[in-house]
Amino acid sequence: MRVSVQEAPFDLGAETARFAAGHQTMGAVVTFTGVVRDSDAGTLQVMEIEHYPGMTERALTEIAGEAQRRWSLGDVLVIHRHGSLTPGEMIMMVATAARHRKDAFEAAEFLMDYLKSRAPFWKREVTDQGTDWVAARDEDEDALSRW
Amino acid sequence: MNVLYFAWVRERIGLPREEVESSAETVSDLVDELVAREERYAAAFADRSALRVAIDQELSDFDAPLKGAREVAFFPPMTGG
Repeated sequence: MRVSVQEAPFDLGAETARFAAGHQTMGAVVTFTGVVRDSDAGTLQVMEIEHYPGMTERALTEIAGEAQRRWSLGDVLVIHRHGSLTPGEMIMMVATAARHRKDAFEAAEFLMDYLKSRAPFWKREVTDQGTDWVAARDEDEDALSRW
Repeated sequence: MNVLYFAWVRERIGLPREEVESSAETVSDLVDELVAREERYAAAFADRSALRVAIDQELSDFDAPLKGAREVAFFPPMTGG
């Protein structure tokens, strides 16, 4: 398992290749990548991501560990960025490796659902109208109940 | 203990962390003490249901005891991913 909280961009291709290599018994590798989305076409200038150093790493490690307990996984990778990002930049990625795809897909979805509302990150959108904290959505909280 | 604030809680209070001398038994008691101090705390804690709390970097709740806690953090619901 590897968890990385970083300001620097990551190379999705290189991370995925490195993750997939060396898992000869794993038939499935699933990756998910979150990208800064400009929801109101053209108005988002910057997405600022604040986090709680210390707790963030701890929460991500716990969430990844829980995924490993629930599914039969060969490996888990979580990378999440903080700082100032522009539309189109990659915010985060998760990767899961499993013998079969069902475990890999489900574990990746579980990781995403938990990252959304249980990892201490807060997003703020900077537009030409000013800055606004992104509000948590009820659907994201509700999504946890299916696990 | 160390009290930390994040996102708009940090902005309303005007600082990211502070050392607080308190004998509060629970998180709620600590919030009551802070709110009694100054208006900016009252503004930040006006709606406690809109806030989350972590004790020593573990998510907790407002009824939780503070005995032995070194670090308490207040923040809005998280928006990761």
